[in-house]
Amino acid sequence: MPRPRTKWTERCVEVTLVVAASTSIILVGLIFLFLFREAAPFVQHPGLSSLMGDRWIPVSFQKEQFGIYPLVTGSILVTAIATVVAVPFGVIGAVYLSEVARPAETETLKPFIELLAGIPSVVIGFFGLVVLAPFVKAAFGLETGLNAFTGGLLLGLMAIPTIMSVSEDALRSVPASYKQASLALGGNQIQTIWRITVPAALPGIVAAVMLGMGRVIGETMAVMMVTGDAAQTTFKPFESVRTMTATIAAEMGEVPFGSDHYRALFWVGIILLVATFLLNIVAQRVLKRYSVRQ
Amino acid sequence: MVETGERTSDAKIVVEHLDFHYGSVQALFDVSVEMAPRKVTAFIGPSGCGKSTFLRTLNRMNDIIPGTRVQGRVLIDGHDIYSNGTDVVALRRSVGMVFQKSNPFPKSIFENVVYGPRIHGEKNSARLREIAEQSLQRAGLWAEVKDRLDQNALSLSGGQQQRLCIARALAVGPEILLMDEPASALDPRSTARIEDLIGELREDYTIVIVTHNMQQAARVSDFTAFFYEGHLVEFGETQQIFTMPKKKQTEDYITGRFG
Repeated sequence: MPRPRTKWTERCVEVTLVVAASTSIILVGLIFLFLFREAAPFVQHPGLSSLMGDRWIPVSFQKEQFGIYPLVTGSILVTAIATVVAVPFGVIGAVYLSEVARPAETETLKPFIELLAGIPSVVIGFFGLVVLAPFVKAAFGLETGLNAFTGGLLLGLMAIPTIMSVSEDALRSVPASYKQASLALGGNQIQTIWRITVPAALPGIVAAVMLGMGRVIGETMAVMMVTGDAAQTTFKPFESVRTMTATIAAEMGEVPFGSDHYRALFWVGIILLVATFLLNIVAQRVLKRYSVRQ
Repeated sequence: MVETGERTSDAKIVVEHLDFHYGSVQALFDVSVEMAPRKVTAFIGPSGCGKSTFLRTLNRMNDIIPGTRVQGRVLIDGHDIYSNGTDVVALRRSVGMVFQKSNPFPKSIFENVVYGPRIHGEKNSARLREIAEQSLQRAGLWAEVKDRLDQNALSLSGGQQQRLCIARALAVGPEILLMDEPASALDPRSTARIEDLIGELREDYTIVIVTHNMQQAARVSDFTAFFYEGHLVEFGETQQIFTMPKKKQTEDYITGRFG
């Protein structure tokens, strides 16, 4: 069937829209491409198996080692702590803002939450270094406050605004008719919130948590400043660790171009990218499953 | 509960000089009416005449809208529901409500029906199943859903969803049932089923129904109240309102000259 004739201006608009819409896809593709191009020679020498180790000693007079386990566990540990910290505050805060707070309260609170999201991470890192780390050290009687726990707390703080505002949107979009039905059956406000509104908003809340985790995994500066910068494989919260992002940021500036170390850092980048990619896919899956069940 | 009103009649609901404001806008003016137990009372009138607002004063659902104000008295079984210390939760247990658009929760059919009993503390699962079956029977939905109680309520048709909402309201054991245009979003067949159901339920419940559809009011109700611009213009037996209205406005509305 022949397409109806369109005016050339409409064609132009259409093409512009398609280009704009596909830019993000093209960019992601290019990022993957260049990461792999820089990382690829590592496969022949010294070989991918050298990444599978628990020692990251990229500069050495004896033997350079590129085991990424400590970096991966460092990232996982810090992210897990941050999530545990951020989810209750973020979600309960969102429930308060959307269901309980009077409009005047929301108007006062929201700018502060947005402000928290806008603070440069190096400033938050500075706060962590000067205030939070000494506090953690004193509170738990540790030798140093620069550890995974401090990093997790700090990153949790940074994830709260994301989780809170996305969850709040999800809660606000729950149809008022659900709440009315619950109230008309004699439900009180608490019952209505926890049995109706929050479950109905759950897909959005899960997405909010995933977005928050995405921010935490990718965060670099603050976490580099407070986690102690020690690449060791551990799941103990009070040990010093070093995340994947911090490693790239700290070493990329000084690494000889084209060296094994340089290529190993690109592999770390690829793993980071794949991790956030997977997180997104999981989030989508969860969203879909819940929305089907509803 | 404190008896704050003397019983003037055997009416289930007595409304005395009720004024209602949304902020600075007055929506109801000096409404006084009595509704008999185990009868169907229909509220008719053009859009915006205050009939839905009036319905929602009877279970205090207007409370959740900020800036609303009520003056006057609403006595249910002789108790003023706007007096201090009224337990709104208890009130809404005894005054159930069905909304214009069916609004089942995004949960299973079973969980929808037992939501009310659950939040009021019923934990015994055998008892909950019993309540669910009785309520669904009463709402004429049991035969259609008894084999798929754990299916999502949103998979039901519009008419079934509305009957589910009626079952859900019945499950908490109300004495009064408020219905806000319960069939306006349904096809004629589903509407007929809802109307039949109202006919069956009137034996046990005091029913107040808001409707746009005058034939529906004539078919299902014993008494009819005509509202216009926030005033209760005329109230009487449905037969009389539809055949010999006393007021000119009522007659004009019923014969379709305005509205």
